[in-house]
Amino acid sequence: MTAVKIQIHEKIHHDAEIPTIENFSLTLNAGEFVCLVGQSGCGKTTLLNSIAGLDKNYSGEIQIGNQTQKSQIGYVFQQPCLLPWRTVRENIELVFANKNEILKVQIDFLLEFMNLTAYANAYPKQLSEGMKRRVSIIRAFAINPDLLLMDEPFVSLDTPMAREVRELLTQLWQKRPHTVLFVTHDLREAIALADRLIFLTARPMRVLEQVNVAIERNQRNAEFVEQFKRQLLEKHPQLQPLL
Amino acid sequence: MFLKKWYPTLSILAFLSLWQILVIYLHSTLLPSPFVVAKSVLTHWHSGELPHHLSITLWRLAQSFSISMFLGCTIGIALGLNEKLNAFFDNWLVIFLNIPALVTVILCYVWFGMSEAAAILAVVLNKVPNVIVTLREGTRALDKNLLGMAKCYGFSRFKTLRHVILPQLHPFLMSATRSGLALIWKIILMVELLGRSDGMGYQLHLFFQWFDIASILAYTVAFVTVIQAFEFLVLQPLDKLALRWR
Repeated sequence: MTAVKIQIHEKIHHDAEIPTIENFSLTLNAGEFVCLVGQSGCGKTTLLNSIAGLDKNYSGEIQIGNQTQKSQIGYVFQQPCLLPWRTVRENIELVFANKNEILKVQIDFLLEFMNLTAYANAYPKQLSEGMKRRVSIIRAFAINPDLLLMDEPFVSLDTPMAREVRELLTQLWQKRPHTVLFVTHDLREAIALADRLIFLTARPMRVLEQVNVAIERNQRNAEFVEQFKRQLLEKHPQLQPLL
Repeated sequence: MFLKKWYPTLSILAFLSLWQILVIYLHSTLLPSPFVVAKSVLTHWHSGELPHHLSITLWRLAQSFSISMFLGCTIGIALGLNEKLNAFFDNWLVIFLNIPALVTVILCYVWFGMSEAAAILAVVLNKVPNVIVTLREGTRALDKNLLGMAKCYGFSRFKTLRHVILPQLHPFLMSATRSGLALIWKIILMVELLGRSDGMGYQLHLFFQWFDIASILAYTVAFVTVIQAFEFLVLQPLDKLALRWR
């Protein structure tokens, strides 16, 4: 399992006047499920890219797991980011470093679960946006990551599908605990999924408030989520603009 | 449509008839008819002269083409990926792009002697800058999101090249190949004309001195046919294979 220590003093895009992220510090415990909630454009994607090592242009330090062993990261990007010239199955299998390590059974199960078995040999061009999105989720799940980054992963899925994938995510996570950092602007989704909610300010992004959701996931029905949301607002009125 | 299938054949027939009409109208020894040219092709072929010189030129083409593509792709991708490298070498590229082919050919012969190596080098020097420019543009247009995906999932360099970069560069590679073949064979003829004692360029030079227009056209027809065959038998199937996902 992998803990993540994030300490960003400043992250500024080269053509911007105000920093995107400033004095940001956050620690994810190993195996913790954390949801980031904030307005769109506040810098959540920039943060995930920095954690994934895609954007190294910041002052500060991000520590993932222990130094000795490189942690496997699964990342569901905001766009599906599939290779158009490879089939669905090839796209998923390519993220395995070694051909012998490909988890065929796991991939078949995920394809079946996401109703994509019939499309395993199709090219991304033949898929709808929602299907591409599901493939990119399978790709991130398939490698059994130590750290799973998800950037609004359910936006182009229809409601029933989103609910099912959310349940699958919870199941997989309970079966094999790993650290999850999940970005969303849907507070209900965040309450249903997370161990801890992190509320973020607008640019420059900082941590505004942290709230633990200390109740078993299977007891978080719609009623509970509504109630939790109401209490949250009563206790933390400054969160109002975010919701 | 039924007719559409026959368009290529029809257009060639139209070209030949136009040629024949001109021959009848001009009635000059300087423009032989398609029939005479065809006969000339056969004569040169049976004498063994055409296959000999054609194969020599094609061999030079293959050598200089492979070297230019290899160098051009390597340098072009490197420049496309690295801003600083590109800023530094951009001026060099502009200089090499603008040196006339004739100048490189003459200088290579003067500096390195009238050798086969000098001939190939002259062709390569003319072609490499074009390949670099094409591949550099292609590399700059690479999808950053896909490269990010490859990096995040720890793709090796080779894997990134094979599965992420090369498929995106395919159209640019094909364009460099096609324009390259056309450019290289024109320069090769010049190289042969100026400093070799075999090959198509050398033969054309002889025919020019004898004013043997039929033979000149015969050699041209033979060469164009070979290049077209390459397009149909190699390049187009390659395109089809690489673009099956579209």
